[in-house]
Amino acid sequence: MKKTMDKKTIVTKTITYTLLILWALVVLFPFYWMVLTSFKSYSAYNSEYIPKFFTLSPTLQNYVDAFTAVPLGRYFLNTVLFTVVTTALMLVVIILAAFAFARLDFRGKNVAFVIFLSLMMIPNELVIITNFVTITNLNLRNSFPGLILPSVTSVFYIYLLKENFEQVGDTLYYAAKVDGTSDFKYLLKVLIPISKPTLITITILKVIECWNSYVWPRLITDDENYFLVSNGIQEIRENGFGRENIPAMMAAVVVVSLPLIVLFLLFRKKVMEGVSRGGTKG
Amino acid sequence: MKKKWCDNGMKGWLYLLPAILFLGLFMIYPLIDVFVYSFEEGYNFASQTYFGTGPYNYSYVLHDPYFLQAVKNTFLLVIITVPLSTGIALLISVGLNSITRFRSWLQTIYFLPYVTNTLAVGLVFMILFKKTPYSDGLINLLINRFGGASVDFIDGPYWAKMFVLCFYTIWVVMPFKILILTSALASVNQDYYNAAKVDGTSKLRTFWRITLPMISPMLFYLIITGFIGAFKAYSDAVALFGTNLNAAGMNTIVGYVYDMLYGDSGGYPSYASAAAILLFVIVLTITCINLLVSKKNVHY
Repeated sequence: MKKTMDKKTIVTKTITYTLLILWALVVLFPFYWMVLTSFKSYSAYNSEYIPKFFTLSPTLQNYVDAFTAVPLGRYFLNTVLFTVVTTALMLVVIILAAFAFARLDFRGKNVAFVIFLSLMMIPNELVIITNFVTITNLNLRNSFPGLILPSVTSVFYIYLLKENFEQVGDTLYYAAKVDGTSDFKYLLKVLIPISKPTLITITILKVIECWNSYVWPRLITDDENYFLVSNGIQEIRENGFGRENIPAMMAAVVVVSLPLIVLFLLFRKKVMEGVSRGGTKG
Repeated sequence: MKKKWCDNGMKGWLYLLPAILFLGLFMIYPLIDVFVYSFEEGYNFASQTYFGTGPYNYSYVLHDPYFLQAVKNTFLLVIITVPLSTGIALLISVGLNSITRFRSWLQTIYFLPYVTNTLAVGLVFMILFKKTPYSDGLINLLINRFGGASVDFIDGPYWAKMFVLCFYTIWVVMPFKILILTSALASVNQDYYNAAKVDGTSKLRTFWRITLPMISPMLFYLIITGFIGAFKAYSDAVALFGTNLNAAGMNTIVGYVYDMLYGDSGGYPSYASAAAILLFVIVLTITCINLLVSKKNVHY
């Protein structure tokens, strides 16, 4: 009896691990292929009718090409600037709003909060049309304000942060009040340090969103000088590197993918926890 | 009394001001405006003129073969990817929860697609599936190995293109689903399993009678967000087939909206608005149906 049980367990374990490893391979293979191809030389890649799974003569030429033949460096810097400024502005806007909802009393607060909450249901696709027209009429196409301004508020993050601020007890607030601390100072010196974990989560989620954003930048920029990496990759695919220089394209893809992967590996727990609290995509 | 009103009333609104300004300009105003646009017939962006008001834009969009193709593509994508990705994610999460070795390694690997740029990795998928004069591509060589004939998955027959699109979409959405389901599975009270064990209940029965009902709220949450997400598919398709999705016959509803707005076929915000509102109505209807179904079946 015991022996058959063991056999059954072994069979189940084997099936489980096979399934799990199979999916891990499906996930990892595209990454392996992109790194591998980026190290193959142009002539080697094109002479392989049956692609090789390794390369004996790795070259860095593709990375040089990626930065010299197309303005990948500029796309990269644009995206860094866009990501940093958008995230920073958003943090200011949502911290102030969340503080008002969580701590201050004012007339019309509940109505305002309900309106804010109901805005969470509005899909981006519905408002992007007018935003495109607004930004065009303001003459902000192909400019950083045009790229950044529509995405500096997030009702969901305001909500998340408000919940967090409310968990900080009243005692601290009244103690600060008695000491003559102003509301703003209380926010700065007490609430923000206490809510640091949530703020980090929000920051990470917003950085991921900014780094990968494609639709809005595509609508609002047609000047290469303002392209972000997503648009840059699309441009490289359609017009870059002359004819089908796939190894160089893959080098560009590696460069574009690397920052977020490094960020993820460094803050693995934070990122996964943040996504399960407030992530979308999928 | 007056001072107090100043103290609290104004201050609260002052803190809210930036958020209200941005939301007003980029969310509330556009929300009203999109309905206005959708009823302005033949609005031309270049000349800023239109010739009447009425439902003509909707009728135009509903008779546009490109829109109908986009609707067909989107529905196929939704019907194929949502059940498949949820099912596979459930299978993987159950597997993940039953092991201890390498668990955290595997979890990290499974999450990687979430942090990658959809456009960038889409390019890798394109290369793996594309048939070029130099090489049939890795996937085709694999098919040849098993005795099949090469297919061009990127410029070839419709079913092949649909297959790649679905495959890539599933690859992209899996991390979120696996993450949510593994934590849902881990939070099921161990006492239920112990009780089932004492009763000698079989593993399959335990899964159907205990595990599934316990995680059903999360499962339905994933199905609902999955439906919404898949209906808004766009950048995955661009990554695989390029920006001219109409020519490839692989456009999605969201893609149709953007193409009407901007690009070679663009300049028609009123058609774009009508299409966007139709999409919103579709998503809202499906979500309501989902909620009704979940009310009947979800065990809270």
